[in-house]
Amino acid sequence: MGKISKKNRGNPSKEVQWSSVMDDALVDAFLHKVIIGGRVNGTFISKAYNDIVKELVEKFNMEINKDKSKPIAKKWMTTPMPNYSKMAQLWAKDRAKGDHAEIAKEKRARTIHDPSMATEVEDHRPLVLVHHLASFKLPLQDRLIPHFRLFDSLASPEASSVRALICVGPTPVTVDTLDHLPSLRLVVGSSAGLDHVDLVECRRRGIAVTNSGDAYSENVADYAVALLLDVLRRLSAADRFVRSGLWPQQGEYPLGCKLGGKRVGIVGLGSIGYEVAKRLVAFGCTVAYNSRNKKPSALYPYYANVHDLAVNSDVLIVCCALTNETHHIINKDVLTALGREGVIINVGRGALVDEKELVQFLVQGEIGGAGLDVFENEPNVPKELFALDNVVLSPHLAVSTPESFEALNEVIIANLKAFFSNKPLLSPFQQE
Amino acid sequence: MGSIGVLMLIPMNTYLEQELQKRYNLFKLWTAPQKPQFIKEHANSIRAVVGNAGAGADAELIEALPRLEIVSSFSVGVDKIDLAKCREKGIRVTNTPDVLTEDVADLAIGLMLAVLRRLCESDRYVRSGKWKKGDYKLTTKFSGKTVGIIGLGRIGMAVAKRAEAFNCPICYYSRTEKSDTKYKYYPSVVELASNCQILVVACPLTEETRHIVNREVLNALGPKGVLINIGRGPHVDEPELVSALVEGRLGGAGLDVYEHEPEVPEELFGLENVVLLPHVGSGTVETRKVMADLVLGNLEAHFSNKPLLTPLV
Repeated sequence: MGKISKKNRGNPSKEVQWSSVMDDALVDAFLHKVIIGGRVNGTFISKAYNDIVKELVEKFNMEINKDKSKPIAKKWMTTPMPNYSKMAQLWAKDRAKGDHAEIAKEKRARTIHDPSMATEVEDHRPLVLVHHLASFKLPLQDRLIPHFRLFDSLASPEASSVRALICVGPTPVTVDTLDHLPSLRLVVGSSAGLDHVDLVECRRRGIAVTNSGDAYSENVADYAVALLLDVLRRLSAADRFVRSGLWPQQGEYPLGCKLGGKRVGIVGLGSIGYEVAKRLVAFGCTVAYNSRNKKPSALYPYYANVHDLAVNSDVLIVCCALTNETHHIINKDVLTALGREGVIINVGRGALVDEKELVQFLVQGEIGGAGLDVFENEPNVPKELFALDNVVLSPHLAVSTPESFEALNEVIIANLKAFFSNKPLLSPFQQE
Repeated sequence: MGSIGVLMLIPMNTYLEQELQKRYNLFKLWTAPQKPQFIKEHANSIRAVVGNAGAGADAELIEALPRLEIVSSFSVGVDKIDLAKCREKGIRVTNTPDVLTEDVADLAIGLMLAVLRRLCESDRYVRSGKWKKGDYKLTTKFSGKTVGIIGLGRIGMAVAKRAEAFNCPICYYSRTEKSDTKYKYYPSVVELASNCQILVVACPLTEETRHIVNREVLNALGPKGVLINIGRGPHVDEPELVSALVEGRLGGAGLDVYEHEPEVPEELFGLENVVLLPHVGSGTVETRKVMADLVLGNLEAHFSNKPLLTPLV
């Protein structure tokens, strides 16, 4: 598709060809579209396009805010699906020629002050509350600005009319939160697990809830495999051994354990669990799982309770949601069933495991090892674990990559857009 | 067979040592205060040598053992054995192929994950109590990164199979293009390094592959690239690797092998973008047992005039 149809409200539609060079008018049009009007009806279809948007937002957004000019929405193009990759190529080409952005910036500044352009201004961006604890910021929040009018205080006047909320990280959404937001119909979570959201109350009030969908699945699954390889092959401990200069003194490092052939039990076969299973099968592991219900699509053996899964596994990987039912799902009985050679990996939530029991089992050598990315009382980690070489400790990092946040941003935008256009949500929260 | 003399060069596996002790007249070279003297003393009864990746039968040892019939190596790599000399003298050589393929491939993936996700560094972060003072920084996603493999043999293929489960595109370099694979081939290591984010060394060490990863290759891999060496230390020009890492010309490295083991360049000890392992590629209880059984099986076959299990020469 090489065209953008310019369908603005006042004027008859007019078509612009993007086929040749990105000329000045087009740069302007593009800037308007992305920054000033901020409403792109097409979905984000290419990464290149995202990069351009990011660059433009970074370069121009502050100036627009300072200017206090109302966004110019009138000469607005609503475009079903332009050829973004072509645009990206052209943009890159122009950039290569010189600092085209600078030229465009000047031009855009002129445009803002051009009264003929600034008529019929109206901001149609839907209102969205960014609900966050002071210590948690929504990654890439700027990228939402072209699409949504954001505010972040329950106390602001918009709270009474806002229909959608983004819940950042583990920020609690309680009855009290919801009481501030009488018009709320959607909670967009930024995490995979939503134990900090009062799901029962949301359901009672008819508020839909979405989570991070598949945005983190690959990263978390990678991390689960990484922790497992680390525990079995003693990567972190061996790295410590080398760095402390012990190799020449002590000779061969103690043997680790082979991953292939291990029976891996996955607790919670959601999108993360599936990705873990897929990876471990390639290492020659056999996979079984436990979840609330048997998955008709899963070919792996199902165990209705975690204890039975543990009896039949060498490794347990915990990646289910934390709920009242799954709190301490890994308890003394399960650890006993897993046995002295067993390994436990937790990439879910700290409270899925009875941490006191786990520490006891590890200290007394009643379990083979553990790879933990989450803890019951973060950032506090039981000190007894610090001296153990069969334990790998990680500061809740499984999702923390730029790639995760890119993907999350897209999921959030897609859910909000679907909601505001009455389409099915991309990632409604489903309990595993 | 109790009278057959077997020379074990260095300690490598307790189970193997015990089994050899049971079956043969075992000479442990490392226990001798004067090694040349010890060899001279027992030269006439030693008919087999058991070595590993770090210690093999070189020309000097072979010459010193006139009754030597077989060198059975507790390793895949036999670069420490003078194969030409063995051939010339009709000495048989066996190694332990295949059995450690999976472990080494697992370790390669483990190193990739550990370097990109800063696994060892974040473990240190927690243990030193730093988490309480703030979150660890973002790390890099592994799934989907392009993996370039030098040497698409058994280990290379096993690495590829695993990396594919992480949705990683695979490409490779080898002396000749393989007809039986769909992976993308590059006719030079520099081209491979330019077109992948993670470069894995998985080829045998030969005269041609020595320093196959040199300055040019490291620069082609670049500041976001990661080098994984699970082959042999001399595959990589180590001083060049160190300077590329120290100068930030290379994104990171996961190393299981070094040019002068057990010496590891100390400049690397302070870097958080490297993972340093003490040559544990095949270091699992399960695999070492299988390897030991292969060494024993080869010796047994040889001394009872049966076909060797895994003959190399």
